[in-house]
Amino acid sequence: MIEIINTGVANIRSLQAAFDRLDAQWNLTDDASLIESASHVVLPGVGAYSAAVQQVDQRGLRSSIVERINSGRPTLCICLGMQMLGESSEESPGVKGLGVLPCEIKKFGDDVKVPQLGWNTVTPNDVSAKLFYESGEAYFANSFRLGEPPDAASGWNYATTDYDGSFVSSVWKDGVLACQFHPELSGPWGQQLLKNWINGGLS
Amino acid sequence: MLKARIIPCLDVNDGRVVKGVKFQNLRDADSPEELAAHYEEQGADELVVLDVSATRQARLAMLETVEIVRKQLSIPLTVGGGVGSVEDAGRLLNAGADKVSINSSAVRNPDLVNQMSQRFGAQCTVVAIDAKMTDGQFQVLTRSGTEAEALNAVAWAAEAQQRGAGEILLTSFDRDGTRSGYDLPMLTAVTEACSLPVIASGGANSVAHMVEAFEHGAHAVLAASIFHDGNMTVNDVKRELADQGISTRTLVS
Repeated sequence: MIEIINTGVANIRSLQAAFDRLDAQWNLTDDASLIESASHVVLPGVGAYSAAVQQVDQRGLRSSIVERINSGRPTLCICLGMQMLGESSEESPGVKGLGVLPCEIKKFGDDVKVPQLGWNTVTPNDVSAKLFYESGEAYFANSFRLGEPPDAASGWNYATTDYDGSFVSSVWKDGVLACQFHPELSGPWGQQLLKNWINGGLS
Repeated sequence: MLKARIIPCLDVNDGRVVKGVKFQNLRDADSPEELAAHYEEQGADELVVLDVSATRQARLAMLETVEIVRKQLSIPLTVGGGVGSVEDAGRLLNAGADKVSINSSAVRNPDLVNQMSQRFGAQCTVVAIDAKMTDGQFQVLTRSGTEAEALNAVAWAAEAQQRGAGEILLTSFDRDGTRSGYDLPMLTAVTEACSLPVIASGGANSVAHMVEAFEHGAHAVLAASIFHDGNMTVNDVKRELADQGISTRTLVS
C-alpha cells in the first residue's frame, strides 16, 4: 500500500490517477503510525513552503517522515515535497525544513521566466549509481529549487536540469526518491519512473 | 533548456467537444476523453479544456468530464471557462485539473487572482486574456468576446503577474478562427510587459504560424482546429518545429 501524506494543501488527483493506471493501491493519510509502517510513502507538495511545513508539524508527522527517510525506506517526495527535505527555503525565511538534505532551497534568478513551467530534461549525474529512471523529459512547475548538489559524503545521488544554469532536479538514496518535477504529469516517462520507484529501482 | 509546448484545446459543452469559430457557430466533434487520449498519444505536452457551457446543469457535467479525462491523462490538464470563485477553482482541482484558468471573473474581481494564487499556488493559476485591437490598443474582452472592457490587455497581463498568476493564456479575438496566424504584435507586447510564460492562442493554421509565435516570445502555443481537422498530428508539428530549430519534448514510444 502506498500511503500518500495528506498535507491538506496539495492537489494530488493527478498522482492518484497515475497510481491507478499502474494498478498500485494508495491511501491518503495523516496518521503518523501508518507513515512509519507503510511499505511506500509519498510526500506530495503544491503550494507555499511555510504552509506545507506547518501542515506536517500540526499533524505531528515530522519525526515519522524524517525517520523513514533517514532509514532509506521507499519514500517519494514530489516538487515542494522535495524542497521540504532541505534545511530552509528562500521562499519562507526562518521556517525550518525537514533537514534530511543538507541543502538550502533558492529562488531562480531574474534572467529566466519564473515559475519554470513546462518540460525540461533531467539527467542523472552518475549513471553508474543506483537509478530510478534514465535521462528523460519531465514536467516542471517551480519557482524555487535546490541551491547546490548535496555533498558527496552525504550519500545522496542527484540529477540535474538546465534552467538559470544547472540545478539539482532530483535526489535519491536507498529507497528514497525526491523529484522537483512532477512524474505524475510527465507522460510515459513519468509513469515508468513511478513504476520503478514502487519496484525499488530501475530494473 | 525548457521546451516549447504544444497544447491542443478542447471546447466542451455539456460533456461534448465543440469547435468554435470566433467563439460562436459551435458544432459537435468528439468525446473529451477520446480526444484527450488521442492527443496525449500524439505527443501533446498539455491539454486545455474550456467549458463553453451556457447553463448551470451543463457546468455541473464539466466536473464529471474533468474526472474522466484525468483518469487517463498523464500530462498536465488546464481547465477553464465559467470559473467565478476560489470554490469553483477548488472543485475543478479536486476533480483532477492541474491548473485552472480564469477570465471574465478575474476582470470583474482582480482579487480572485490573488486568492487563487495564495490558496492553490501560482503554478495552478492561469489568467486567460481575450483581446482585440481597438483604436491602436489591445482591448480586453470578456464573456466569450461579447463584452469590451476598458482595460488594456498588456497592462492587465502585468497586473495579473503582480497579483500572483503563474501563466497567461492570451487569445486574439481578431485572429481566433481565421486561420491567419497568431497575433504577433499582441504577443510581443504582452511578453515584453510581463515575465510569466505566455500561451499564444487564436489563429493557428500551420507550423509556420507556431514558429512565428515562438519567435515572438510565446512559451507555448494553443491550437484546436489544426489538430481537430486531422490534417496534422501534434508529433507532425513537433517534427517540423525541430527542423526549424525549435526544441520540443520528444515523444516516447
